[in-house]
Amino acid sequence: MSRLRYLARKISWLLVALYGIVTFNFVLFHLLPGNPVQLLARSGHLTPQAVADITRVYGLNHPPLEQYLIYLGNLLHGQLGISFTYREPVRALLGQYLGNTILLLAGATVLTIVLGVLAGVVAASRRGGGYDSAIVTASVIGWSLPTFWTGLILAFVLGVWLHAFPIFGMETPNAVYTSQLQRVEDIGAHLFLPTLTLVIVNIAQFVLVARAAVIEVLSEDFMLTATAKGLLPRRILWRHAVRNALLPIVTSSALLIGLVVGGAIEVETVFSWPGMGLLVYNAVLNRDYPVIEAAFLVFAIVVLLVNFASDLLYQVLDPRVREA
Amino acid sequence: MSLLEVRDLRVEYSTPRGRVVAVDGASLEVDTGRVLGLAGESGCGKTTLALAIPRLLAREAAISAGSVTFDGLDVLAMTDEELRGVRWRRIAVVFQGSMNSLNPVHSIGDQIAEPIRCHEPGTTAAQARERVTELLDSVGIDPSRSRSFPHELSGGMRQRVLIAMALACRPQLIVADEPVTALDVMTQAQILELLRSLTDRLELSMILISHDLSVIAEVCDSVDVMYAGKIVEAGPTSTIFAPGQTALGPAHPYTARLRHAFPDIRRERTFVEAIPGHPPDLLAPPPGCRFADRCMIAVDRCRTDEPALELVGPGHRAACHRSALVLGGAG
Amino acid sequence: MVTPGITSGLGSEPAPGSRAPGVIPVREREAELRRVWRHVSADRLGRAGLGLFVIVVAMTVAGPLLFPFNAAAVSNTSAGLLRPPSLQHWLGTDELGRDLFREFLSAAHVSLIVGLAATAISMVLGAAIGTMAGFYGRWSDTVLMRITDFFLVLPQLPLVIALAAFFGQNLAIIILVIGMTGWPTTARIVRSQTLSLRERQFVTRVRSLGTSNLRILRVHILPNVMPLIFANTVLVIGGAILAEATLSFLGLGDPVQISWGTMLHFAFESGAIGRGAWWYFIPPGVGIVVVVLAFTLIGHSIDQALNPRLRGSR
Repeated sequence: MSRLRYLARKISWLLVALYGIVTFNFVLFHLLPGNPVQLLARSGHLTPQAVADITRVYGLNHPPLEQYLIYLGNLLHGQLGISFTYREPVRALLGQYLGNTILLLAGATVLTIVLGVLAGVVAASRRGGGYDSAIVTASVIGWSLPTFWTGLILAFVLGVWLHAFPIFGMETPNAVYTSQLQRVEDIGAHLFLPTLTLVIVNIAQFVLVARAAVIEVLSEDFMLTATAKGLLPRRILWRHAVRNALLPIVTSSALLIGLVVGGAIEVETVFSWPGMGLLVYNAVLNRDYPVIEAAFLVFAIVVLLVNFASDLLYQVLDPRVREA
Repeated sequence: MSLLEVRDLRVEYSTPRGRVVAVDGASLEVDTGRVLGLAGESGCGKTTLALAIPRLLAREAAISAGSVTFDGLDVLAMTDEELRGVRWRRIAVVFQGSMNSLNPVHSIGDQIAEPIRCHEPGTTAAQARERVTELLDSVGIDPSRSRSFPHELSGGMRQRVLIAMALACRPQLIVADEPVTALDVMTQAQILELLRSLTDRLELSMILISHDLSVIAEVCDSVDVMYAGKIVEAGPTSTIFAPGQTALGPAHPYTARLRHAFPDIRRERTFVEAIPGHPPDLLAPPPGCRFADRCMIAVDRCRTDEPALELVGPGHRAACHRSALVLGGAG
Repeated sequence: MVTPGITSGLGSEPAPGSRAPGVIPVREREAELRRVWRHVSADRLGRAGLGLFVIVVAMTVAGPLLFPFNAAAVSNTSAGLLRPPSLQHWLGTDELGRDLFREFLSAAHVSLIVGLAATAISMVLGAAIGTMAGFYGRWSDTVLMRITDFFLVLPQLPLVIALAAFFGQNLAIIILVIGMTGWPTTARIVRSQTLSLRERQFVTRVRSLGTSNLRILRVHILPNVMPLIFANTVLVIGGAILAEATLSFLGLGDPVQISWGTMLHFAFESGAIGRGAWWYFIPPGVGIVVVVLAFTLIGHSIDQALNPRLRGSR
């Protein structure tokens, strides 16, 4: 029963947060005086038809509260507005680009977590000495690196100078593939540098967290019990130590997602990877507010959902949480 | 031949301030089916001595001298693999239940079954489950709770789980480290009763560590009293704890004072006095008897000549120059 | 861009001088400051940070005085565009023929000012919210903390982009926007510290004497929270500088007041990468890293001084 209660509480918090974001979006983009939608509608840069469309869709000739309700209604129907630049419904645009971003994000996140945990576990089991201070130094430097600049450097060194990897887009332009595998390879090659950038910038911090978590656990009493039981060292390390260290690691992973999402915007810009980030970049250049608004909403929701998922995962991993 | 023989064991710790000798030349023996008590105040080295036997000491500790012979095997010379074979299957440890000795994310059933499945690889899941049920029964826990987690159990129940877990691979020797400290008196009595009946029934040997003499008196056949890393008195509990008769009773002033430091619920209320002062700094232990500073009957010789552990009665040894006086009722 | 987790705030003890009831003597505060300084100047990382900081200060102060930058000094021949470093132009020229060395120094100013100003805003906001939440407790605590959690979960860069894109492209707006998104971590730390302080004896004692809440806050709580705020602030500066650089790179920076991020934006847009004009896009990045490192190293060192538990891997 308490498990359900915990779940219910987390879901209601998620819904409240979602609602908060949606409302925040509305206030920012539709309500404040001089909001972009109204400005553009009045500025005359658009055809009368476009102006009429916008007015209709957003209900600009209605009082604010009604606009809000219209807005909510639109959202529930998946109506995210019409792009100023592309003259297409934003939803259609999102569909194309979102998938590519998820591909990039997923790869980078998984790699960071897996490599980070491994490195952290190794660092923890070899306390003190060179490896440790190297990790700390690497972490501080890694945190100070701007993601986009790291991308630029990697693009230059590995792409332009050494010609090892492509630095533009998702696929080689005008490529003709003889098989599906070739296509996958091509995409993989294009995916390499952006992913590498994200991993480099974010991993050191993650390693620190994993390392600290494992060190903390290793000093617990039940670790002595595990050793006393005569279990194999590998089992002691993974099933007892790391299994307990997973808890703070999962919490960290949720924070990591927030960072990676922001970083994705930067690397997509640098490498012209056709994802949400690039979409936002161009939208900013062109002041395409519906797209910016929708993109922000999507990013925020993704991060919220990931946090929610990690909360759930935490509950699965830690039986003590299921009570209170 | 005894099941366990420890000879002149010396355990040193490297601390930031220097090397500390936590156990200085201790020897003990445990026979099959007998319970030996290790008594003394915190920091006297009893836990270090006991955990040195299955070589479960921390990284900063090293066994620098002595021998540990278990069932004819030289434990100190064992490789890691051999050690893993001895641990839990032949020597198991019952830790203090109030500590975090149980893994919080695994159910107690899983944790009890774990050594079984690892040391007896042919065991099926069903067999392991059955054995867990048996074990929980034998310690007085409802087997349906095998899927509970440690945080859902009371301190007394956790202690029982630790005992059940220690018995999982049918060991020959159990080291119980303060098994009833931090439990209320009622639960203490129950657990002690349980330990006593288990050792009798299963012919288990046990080393029971406690700073509480009444606990030792209740369960143990013989006792080694430790002070500042040394064993200062050893002998049958019936002898050492005999109520106020001459030629019986403690032969070391420390033991004598310890007896008075604990209230015994079964006897008349004797005057309980804590021993003033504190043990010497083991970084630089004083010459002579280490208890001399706190001893009521110390003489000059005590501060220069370290007393050796000598026979003062049948099977009864004490390290004191004035043991005769103590046996006579003084100290 | 999120400030790295400082765990020091949670339940840590305030400055030793505060164990005495009543006002914390000024002398003890000075002693505490000196102790922190001694630690930072002795610690390896702290020293590295201080060294870098000195370089940064020298660069920012002396730079534009010795080598002023003229944004209009464009080249009128194509031969002067995007040239590698030479004796005339120590860092080469950009795509408009301007001297990159001077541009670099001028941009240093902008990057730093934005970082510091934005951090000041974050610090004030965070401290205010954190103190209120921790001190008044119950309702205000719950509400304020829920809001803080909300902002913590929001991905920072998309939010900052959305705000900047909407509000405009001048320096003041950028500073405001970054400042308004960087306060949650400070707020959390301050709240923890305030909470633990509030329960301590000297506060309850003074309270029972009938001292007004405001006075308690000003005289007892704030001085004890300041060290933590300071340590956290130093770290937030790094985050703010990175945020500004990223915003400028994405084209949201002030086009007139060129910062390092803006330089990188121009470098990128003019194809410096493809053309291998490393003198264009490496120095501004290095500048950013050096400045952020300086503050981060110092901040970590201060944090360790205040919280010995975190000290290294002994």
